[in-house]
Amino acid sequence: QESQPSGLPEYIKIVEVGPRDGLQNEKVIVPTDIKIELINQLSRTGLPAIEVTSFVSSKWVPQMADHKEVMRGIERHPGVQYPVLTPNLQGFHSAIAAGATEVSVFGAASESFSKMNINCSIEESIEKFEEVAKSARNMSIPVRGYVSCALGCPYEGNIIPAKVAEVSKRLYSMGCYEISLGDTIGVGTPGSMKRMLEAVMKEIPLSALAVHCHDTYGQALANILTAIQMGVAVVDSSVAGLGGCPYAKGSTGNVATEDVIYMLNGLGVNTGVNLYTVMEAGNFICTALNKKTNSKVAQASFNTGTI
Amino acid sequence: AFPKRVKVVEVGPRDGLQNEKNVVPTPVKISLINMLSETGLQVIEATSFVSPKWVPQMADHTEVMQGINKLPGISYPVLTPNLKGFQAAVAAGAKEVSIFGAASELFTKKNINCSIEESLERFDEVMTAARAASIPVRGYVSCVLGCPYEGKISAAKVAEVSKKMYSMGCYEISLGDTIGIGTPGSMREMLTAVMKEVPVGALAVHCHDTYGQALANILVALQMGVSVVDASVAGLGGCPYAQGASGNVATEDLVYMLNGLGIHTGVDLQKLMDTGTFICNALNRRTNSKVSQASCRL
Repeated sequence: QESQPSGLPEYIKIVEVGPRDGLQNEKVIVPTDIKIELINQLSRTGLPAIEVTSFVSSKWVPQMADHKEVMRGIERHPGVQYPVLTPNLQGFHSAIAAGATEVSVFGAASESFSKMNINCSIEESIEKFEEVAKSARNMSIPVRGYVSCALGCPYEGNIIPAKVAEVSKRLYSMGCYEISLGDTIGVGTPGSMKRMLEAVMKEIPLSALAVHCHDTYGQALANILTAIQMGVAVVDSSVAGLGGCPYAKGSTGNVATEDVIYMLNGLGVNTGVNLYTVMEAGNFICTALNKKTNSKVAQASFNTGTI
Repeated sequence: AFPKRVKVVEVGPRDGLQNEKNVVPTPVKISLINMLSETGLQVIEATSFVSPKWVPQMADHTEVMQGINKLPGISYPVLTPNLKGFQAAVAAGAKEVSIFGAASELFTKKNINCSIEESLERFDEVMTAARAASIPVRGYVSCVLGCPYEGKISAAKVAEVSKKMYSMGCYEISLGDTIGIGTPGSMREMLTAVMKEVPVGALAVHCHDTYGQALANILVALQMGVSVVDASVAGLGGCPYAQGASGNVATEDLVYMLNGLGIHTGVDLQKLMDTGTFICNALNRRTNSKVSQASCRL
């Protein structure tokens, strides 16, 4: 882990989740060709990882019904990872058949959330993921693990850091190369982020950690800053802040990639990403979705005509 | 380590409303300030004694100042750009005033049609009168992290202007990221320079959220020992330099973060949100506070 005099990582990997997490939480169903164009534009920004789709039953997530077509239709730029969600073994096999070379599994630090979201306990979900991890290992496919509700749960409220650490450790032990800690409802603050990371860092090496912050309460950038001050060097975000919060109607969800990059640029942290091209991709998808961007940087930049 | 307590300076009724398009009737302004007075806030910037020709929104400054409930323990500072405004403010019952300097020559020229040096001379008149009347004066420095005309602003310049205003007798210097362009990187650099000239206990930050950076910038300021933060209920007040973009950071979002950090503010978040709802209804606009937006639906 290289760090600057400021104590921050010299390089931060941005994982772009707009095409999956973002679009999944948008009401309007986006045509396949638009999804593909969005991903292709994102591939040219310097982003090292773009989560493209989810191999989940279209009955549950209609937005992701075209997962095969998207996977097969996108340009694959060298040096860019294109992970896809695979909730179970069936989804995993389908993803591989469609050409996926990296997958993600989604755990949660809350029993209630796990039950409500995927209709099984945390333990049962871990068992399913272990099947995926095992197959993935055999095929040398890297697996990323997500832990939802890391800073709070819409049903249980407060989540204890020890629980987040426990679930993270299970996912890491089964072979996930990276654990993305998600503040699913955006309730976290720098205080709870610090406490949670301190607990998780006892179990997982820092270099294997990522933060996935939602901006529902406006806290995302402050939380991300806290995480990177503690050495976290992987940050998830969504172009144009795509994806509302299903638990607070009308509220925002994912933090906007543009706003994260703006902050990291100002901190002298390298991301390899061209902010302007991300804003263009954001403009493209917002036009297609007929919605305003959730990125304040994009809002300010397009209105003053300066970048 | 963070400060144990933070003083939140509420600028909604002045900085907020001043940058809202709709002119707000006097009774609504008074109700807004009265509601804010019930939230636990200790400082509420009430109005501006500036010529109504320049700022029509603040034309009713005398009526507002005389009409509000002034609760004991709460300060109601008002802007006074010059001696005339100061005298009108005191006549209307003001017990604390604010003056506005800038770290950018071009901004000063475009905003108040004089140089930084000339603006400080004008303020000196206000300072002298304020000292004679035992009226505390708060100094603002605009453009501390960037200027809409000059672009980059040197931290040394900010330190120089801050030092001058502090030496003139301002008890507190509020450092304003006027166009919200700053990041935790430039905030740290600027504060490092200013803290060489002005004690940290006399410093405040006034961050705009135009680029979404406000809370992260405030976090860094707190980490460096700043314990006074300006904010605007419901995030009132757009940015005059980026049409349609947001301006002031929302007090609700700030208090939410400070609560999460275990920092004492004395502010009741629910009452604050209710006040934000009130003024947004009156302005027929949506809140800029994400906490308020999210909480409505829980």
